[in-house]
Amino acid sequence: MNVLIIGATSAIGKASARLYASRSAAFFLVARDTKRLHEMELDLKIRGATSVESDSRDLLQCDQHEDIIDSAMVQLGTVDVVLICHGVLPDLEQAEVDFETARQVLEVNGLSVISLLIILAEKLKKQGSGRIAVLTSVAGDRGRRTNYTYGASKALVSTYLQGLRGNLLDHGIQIIDIRPGLVDSPMTAGFEKGLLWSSPERVARGIVKAIDRNRHTAYVPEYWRLIMLVVRYIPDFIFNRLRF
Amino acid sequence: MQLQGWGRYPQVDARLIEPSSSSTAIATIKAQGPQDSLIARGAGRSYGDSALNSCVLGSRLLDNFKALDTESGILHCGAGLTFDQLLQVSIPQGLFPSVVPGTKGVSIGGAIATDIHGKNHHQDGSFCDYVDSFTLLLANGECKICSPRKNRELFHATCGGMGLTGIILDATVKLEKVSSVSIRSRSVSTHNLAHTIEQLECLNSNRFVVAWIDCLASGPKLGRGIIHVGNFHETGPLKYQSRRGPAVPFSMPAILLNRYSMKLFNNLYCRMNNKAKADTVQDYDSFFFPLDRIKHWNRLYGRRGFLQYQILLPLDSAQEGLQSLLETAASAGKGSFLAVLKKLGESNRNILSFPGPGLTLALDFKREASVFPLLNELDRIVIDHGGRHYLAKDSRLDESVFKAGYPQWKKFKALKEKVDPTQCFSSLQSHRIGLTAKPGSVTS
Repeated sequence: MNVLIIGATSAIGKASARLYASRSAAFFLVARDTKRLHEMELDLKIRGATSVESDSRDLLQCDQHEDIIDSAMVQLGTVDVVLICHGVLPDLEQAEVDFETARQVLEVNGLSVISLLIILAEKLKKQGSGRIAVLTSVAGDRGRRTNYTYGASKALVSTYLQGLRGNLLDHGIQIIDIRPGLVDSPMTAGFEKGLLWSSPERVARGIVKAIDRNRHTAYVPEYWRLIMLVVRYIPDFIFNRLRF
Repeated sequence: MQLQGWGRYPQVDARLIEPSSSSTAIATIKAQGPQDSLIARGAGRSYGDSALNSCVLGSRLLDNFKALDTESGILHCGAGLTFDQLLQVSIPQGLFPSVVPGTKGVSIGGAIATDIHGKNHHQDGSFCDYVDSFTLLLANGECKICSPRKNRELFHATCGGMGLTGIILDATVKLEKVSSVSIRSRSVSTHNLAHTIEQLECLNSNRFVVAWIDCLASGPKLGRGIIHVGNFHETGPLKYQSRRGPAVPFSMPAILLNRYSMKLFNNLYCRMNNKAKADTVQDYDSFFFPLDRIKHWNRLYGRRGFLQYQILLPLDSAQEGLQSLLETAASAGKGSFLAVLKKLGESNRNILSFPGPGLTLALDFKREASVFPLLNELDRIVIDHGGRHYLAKDSRLDESVFKAGYPQWKKFKALKEKVDPTQCFSSLQSHRIGLTAKPGSVTS
């Protein structure tokens, strides 16, 4: 199995890669930090990966995306699974008042993903197979007063994926929208963690399962589907007053 | 955020820093002010307050494999790697750690800092005897490679040193070659304490030996129990497995654990095992890590948590001491689900390591006000019999009791002051037992 992971050194990327490594996958990893990519290469090989190649790039440079995907295709031959899991969670209060912060969130979580998807869709069409899993978030299901900038950036991708899924249906390419709930990772360091929080390892198990089963939209852990169902149906006049 | 040990007592409001690489860990330590103090935390499996402070540096993300030589069995990995992750990789290669703790949730860094022992200490010693070297991040931000040959003093202080000398970043450990991970095991039931101790001695030639004691039995049955022995089977699959049973979803009402339910459990356990005496072949997971099957079993003790009490008594006074410990606990009506008795072998050169020649007894008690006076009473019995307490399980030990049990504490403290003059590394436990000076304010 050949796996391309974009945002590979993120906690969820790393945990998912380890699961694929135990299935003897071959990898192409993309992330910013060269040293951590190198450490991850060694780690995955010991955990069972047949080969690991990597490319360290800043994913905000969208003009380089084609280059990244090309070299992944060359290294891996065919790409069976693509996992896009890079993202930022900024200081959300600042994003409410400062456009530059908001722009950065939308660029990293939204636009850079769209750019990658456009290129991937073309390349995988030619290949005639493949699964693309993208990490969005439960935050995209409904804009909440505490994190609507982040939520909007994820909703943008979720909506895009809905359409792309149909577009690629006849080409044998599956699109999987992964919506994690609260994840205890470096991205959320400093948050008070409670019962609803999950480890990146648990989320990764959910991701791999969703990809295996070709799910369209996967909430991980699955109980988030129920929580978000309730959240989506709360009437506006109540929802607007909620402080979560 | 709220942090706690496996016993869920005490709880502290702490700042948790989790560096994602060695270099961020180094940067964190360099950025510490002269008044700041923190303690390393591995997988959070020590029971009490040894990995708690107002600031805690967690090694969860330092869990990379760095090298594994399948020929020599030498493993190099980050300190946050757990035994569970290690076994997943090592078992298919025919490699197994020579010493494993009672849960696979423990991290390698934590195993070094507490110099853990397994069911085979009488034959194989403790975990640190298989540690070839480790990288220790010191208070001044410098990294030192410590091994029994290089920086020897620091090595022997850090092994079993409860994280007080620095942060263990990565380690090199020698794994053992095994032809199978199945265990050929059998159980022997015993009538009373003298019989249990005698049988532990007789069964010494087995690689793994552990006794479970019915600590609610009294009178002539006091100290009756079941001894489980095991050895690696010559043949069998080299397959990683992790049995997952039910999880305890939330803290159970503590009232469910009372003397009647425990008596019932203990009696049932005795009966069940009385029959199963013959040789059986079982998988390593159920032999070494039976409790891992119940995820979050620590929640069984309720919101208020519980206290583990593990002590070591030297051989010559062990029987008398254990007799009076069990009598005192039984007469107070405070039993424990799991009373475990093991025979330990020779001690090593690590300054604060727990294991030494003698018998070790582990009990757990639901946390309630009346348990503390009982434990103080038990402490006196332990000290009077020349014993000591396992720091990885402790959350309440008195300074004087600790010092009586570990006469080498002065040597440790002197070395600590040399490598960490500003007390960059300290825990609630180290303040309490007098290895570091208490700061002005620590939340607890």
